[in-house]
Amino acid sequence: MSSPPLLEIRNLTKRFKDRPAVENAGFTIARGEFFSLLGPSGCGKTTLLRLVGGFIPPDDGTIFIDGEDVTTRPPEKRLVNTVFQSYAIFPHLDVAGNIAYGLRSEGVAAAERERRVTEALHLISLSGYGRRRPHELSGGERQRVALARALVKRPKLLLLDEPLGALDKHLRESMQIELRQIQREVGISFLFVTHDQEEALAMSDRIAVMQHGRVLQVADPKTLYDAPNSRAVASFIGTMNFFHGRVIGSDGAAVVVDLPDFGRLPVPKNGGDNFAPGTMVTVAIRPEKVTLSPVPAPGSVEGRIASITYLGDRSQIKLAVGTGKIPVTAILPQEQSIQPGADALYVSMPAVSILLLRD
Amino acid sequence: MTPAVAHAARGYLLLTPAMAVLAFTMAAPLGLLLAYSFWTQHGLVVDTRLTLAAYAAILSDPGFALVFLRSLAIAAMASLAAIVLAYPVAWFIAFRARAKFLWLLLVTIPFWTSYLLRVFAWKVILGYNGVINSGLMALHLVATPVTFLLYNPVAVVLTLIHGYAPFAVLPIYVSLEKIDPSLLEAAADLGDNPAKRFFRVTLPLSMSGVIAAFVLIFIPATGDYVTPSLVGGANGLMIANLIQAQFGRADNWPLGAALAITTIAAVSLLCVLAATGARRAASRIR
Ligand SMILES: Nc1ncnc2c1ncn2[C@@H]1O[C@H](COP(=O)(O)OP(=O)(O)OP(=O)(O)O)[C@@H](O)[C@H]1O
Ligand SMILES: [Mg+2]
Repeated sequence: MSSPPLLEIRNLTKRFKDRPAVENAGFTIARGEFFSLLGPSGCGKTTLLRLVGGFIPPDDGTIFIDGEDVTTRPPEKRLVNTVFQSYAIFPHLDVAGNIAYGLRSEGVAAAERERRVTEALHLISLSGYGRRRPHELSGGERQRVALARALVKRPKLLLLDEPLGALDKHLRESMQIELRQIQREVGISFLFVTHDQEEALAMSDRIAVMQHGRVLQVADPKTLYDAPNSRAVASFIGTMNFFHGRVIGSDGAAVVVDLPDFGRLPVPKNGGDNFAPGTMVTVAIRPEKVTLSPVPAPGSVEGRIASITYLGDRSQIKLAVGTGKIPVTAILPQEQSIQPGADALYVSMPAVSILLLRD
Repeated sequence: MTPAVAHAARGYLLLTPAMAVLAFTMAAPLGLLLAYSFWTQHGLVVDTRLTLAAYAAILSDPGFALVFLRSLAIAAMASLAAIVLAYPVAWFIAFRARAKFLWLLLVTIPFWTSYLLRVFAWKVILGYNGVINSGLMALHLVATPVTFLLYNPVAVVLTLIHGYAPFAVLPIYVSLEKIDPSLLEAAADLGDNPAKRFFRVTLPLSMSGVIAAFVLIFIPATGDYVTPSLVGGANGLMIANLIQAQFGRADNWPLGAALAITTIAAVSLLCVLAATGARRAASRIR
């Protein structure tokens, strides 16, 4: 018998005044996994996290932790700990008191408690800060105390609600690395909430993308980037070109799509989806997959250069194709330069890089 | 003037009107009171040579000490009881009530009646032909009205609690209202059940409100004059009655002044002790 997943949520739904904040959410998290919830502001990430933590009851659905149904258990009886979006550091206790809080609650003996607090302070590189008061800490230090306070409890699953949101870019990046390192060291699962797609891609084993309370796709970062299952996921992660078209037929493993400005294009079927002729579809391609050339190539169309944005290691270029209603975004690597005076390039979209999404 | 000093000076400027009023209505009378306590009085003549005679008189008569300690005890009991009664109300308004403003308004309703009338109300309740006695007689529980209800320290404590409890609700409410609910969620998350959450988070974080409530009640209750006069009887007399007597019938202003100064000093000291004690106790909660 295989062991159950560490966390499993099924059909979880939470409504606020009849408006669903989380709708029919379901996924599992494995032991030791770094799992992220990614989505725009207000999509229900915090609500989902609070459901798992036990702070609010779901209207529908079930939560299993380590195979046990904990749906109706209060937070103090779940083997889960939380790093709150606001940190929620106790202002009346010093750093050591904050970290020891949960251990005292368990009745851990004083010597053992002391040892674990010292250990935790070391883990977050704040050794010697035990007697400091919370107001004497910087935002980043406070965040680490919140992390240590949850970690000393040795939970099976740690919930983190945008813990790096309040930090500047530099500190955030170093904390991302530190957090990932700590997670590997202690070996517990993380359920990590963020609205920053780069952060999610950089840190996670798997990501659940949410929108309007629904989980759109659960996959590893590479799959999410290369094979998003919907337009919403594709547009939320990275930059993507979208074109509308109509299926006009199929050709073996590919369907032929008619795009207004590009003409007919064979697109790989990408899974078992059956696109009947006449279906309206969205064709998507990443800017870096669009190839540009100064001379016409088979299947290429002429694109008039609309703008070039210099980004340091590369340039982003926008081109108008055909009627020019929908610009094509492409990436020009530094070593590929455009001849001075050139105002057009030949744009082609390699069939293997094109994604077919149902509208 | 450096900008910082100028900034501070402007702040003090705002205080000036209040300070001027206070100088005339508080500082001057207090100074006079202090001076009187070191003077002596023979008949109508006040001898302004400085002496400790009045204070010596207080120490030499155990009657003063008795009334003095009784006043502090009554006031302490009334303040603590008022806090114990007010805390749940404040907690309810801060954490559970929907129409907070309405509840706060309800709490202040007793203030819409004069304090004197409320003390009289207790006389009506506890008196010989009062509500309680009529009730007991109607139920045939007693044959003649009982007399132990009124004119004793218990009646004073009861009336003071009723009079001052609303004063406790407001500061406690304010301190509870400031508590970030996510702190209580964090405590639950870390394994505390509701009772532990209360004693480890809510109570220590609302201690400033409790201390404020204690000070707010203890000070005026110690010096309360109306309540002991009306419902205290001979055994329920308090220090204010004694002080009043010195300025009135006994006509010994220096003694009255010395009693007042001693009371002020003792009450201040006790407030500081209670506040630091409560704060230290709260900080020991972990
Ligand atoms: N207590 C509540 N009462 C009513 N509506 C709520 C409550 N909490 C959240 N909502 C609503 O539910 C939706 C989801 O909120 P949630 O806090 O989960 O978003 P989020 O994804 O965490 O957003 P953010 O990234 O901004 O933190 C929002 O539309 C929000 O207005
Ligand atoms: Mg949130």
